[in-house]
Amino acid sequence: MSGVEGKELRVVGFLCNWCSYGGADTAGVSRFKQPTDLRIIRVPCSGRVDPLLVVKAFMSGADGVLVSGCHPRDCHYAEGNFYARRRLEVLKRFLPFMGVEPGRFEYTWVSASEGARWQKVVTNFTEQIHNLGPLHHFGEGDGSGGDR
Amino acid sequence: MEAIGKLREDIQKELEDVEFIIGWEQGFDALHATPLFIRSQEDIDRLIWNPLCVHNLASYLPQLKGRKVGVLLKGCDSRSVIQLLQEGLIQREEIVIFGISCPGVVDLSKIRARMNVSQVKRVSFAEGNVTIETPQGREEFPLDEVLATKCLSCQYPTPLIYDHLAGEALSPQRPADLLYKEVEEIEKLDVKERLAHWERELNRCIRCYACRNACPLCVCQDYCAADSRNPHWLSQRAGIGEKVMWHIMHALHVAGRCTDCGECERACPMDIPIQRIRKKINKEIKALFDYEAGVNTEDTPPLYTFQMEESTIREKDW
Ligand code: SF4
Ligand code: SF4
Ligand code: SF4
Repeated sequence: MSGVEGKELRVVGFLCNWCSYGGADTAGVSRFKQPTDLRIIRVPCSGRVDPLLVVKAFMSGADGVLVSGCHPRDCHYAEGNFYARRRLEVLKRFLPFMGVEPGRFEYTWVSASEGARWQKVVTNFTEQIHNLGPLHHFGEGDGSGGDR
Repeated sequence: MEAIGKLREDIQKELEDVEFIIGWEQGFDALHATPLFIRSQEDIDRLIWNPLCVHNLASYLPQLKGRKVGVLLKGCDSRSVIQLLQEGLIQREEIVIFGISCPGVVDLSKIRARMNVSQVKRVSFAEGNVTIETPQGREEFPLDEVLATKCLSCQYPTPLIYDHLAGEALSPQRPADLLYKEVEEIEKLDVKERLAHWERELNRCIRCYACRNACPLCVCQDYCAADSRNPHWLSQRAGIGEKVMWHIMHALHVAGRCTDCGECERACPMDIPIQRIRKKINKEIKALFDYEAGVNTEDTPPLYTFQMEESTIREKDW
């Protein structure tokens, strides 16, 4: 099922190997219904997610980007997600300044056992992106001559 | 005039103990100053100090690590040094700092915008005015009208770190609420208009990287992520996407470290208002972590650390 009948958008998810990837797997094994727009990239830790990876995903055609890691205090590497939280929060407040709508980028925490929570996160996020529609890319806006 | 006398005296005293001292001298015409590397008494005579001394000389310091040098710093420039010390990129005992209380420097593009400056013969500053003489005649206008934007909201006219101080210590006279004025102008636009704004402005970028090279905190030099082929963050394509990506890269790499010195924007040959991208991040860092870069050598940049409970971060509630 995609968020909108018959049309998928490009949603990229950076998922931590130790928690959220497992959570998505749990959701799959439990046969929870999920939208299919999300393309998952497995990363060793949410702390590995350089904010530029998120920006690059948008620049390369993503309509939405989600980062999901272990809950604070549950990080496999003890503190990776604490660093991630600061960086990703700065990024989240910054992207709209450049012209990317609020809501296209989110970060959150899902543990390996939380299949139901994963289902909720991915469903809500996909719906949020569908409400926003396809991303207006640089080179397609009013300020340029279509020069990409 | 007093400040320059004091500077010359102090420099003379220290000259023997350092390889050289970096200051400013008259450039290729009366309107331009240029960095000066002082090694001898004759060099000291060439030193100037006036509102044309725009360069942040702290930008030279990281590549001089390991050598003992002196440097002249305005208030804003001194923050770059503090930030570099915080990060261990320079050593305090290797640097002799000549601080200068600063009433402000000019933005040459503001002068260029109001007159033809191709043949400037003489420039003088008196009583808050600047007078520029060319073969066509003289133009006089208030200095405030051509001051660098950063100077109009300057909170640190007196250097925060120095071994010698020239000039009377000044207290901040500029309104702090102007600090984020340009950022707030963009925040007022809706998201589509912001995108259009950046498309219009950043499309002029020629990716010459002068902004990067002038930035005192861009220390990766030949290992810049913008030049890396593996991973390939940026290609040689000339489209707007690569240009925007470059600026986001620079802004994120100085996040929590940028001291708002404005060198990036000053160095840009295309007059692109890129400092406001860095400033936006500074504004959010201030709101989130109550942090300002380059004011205390003992600080840790906020993105180099964390708190288990972040009182100011409200995470998304699904
Ligand atoms: S910002 Fe302040 S210290 Fe820096 S040049 Fe302007 S007035 Fe001088
Ligand atoms: S200095 Fe200006 S033109 Fe050059 S890369 Fe920076 S923004 Fe682009
Ligand atoms: S990004 Fe610009 S304002 Fe910030 S430290 Fe570098 S040159 Fe200065």
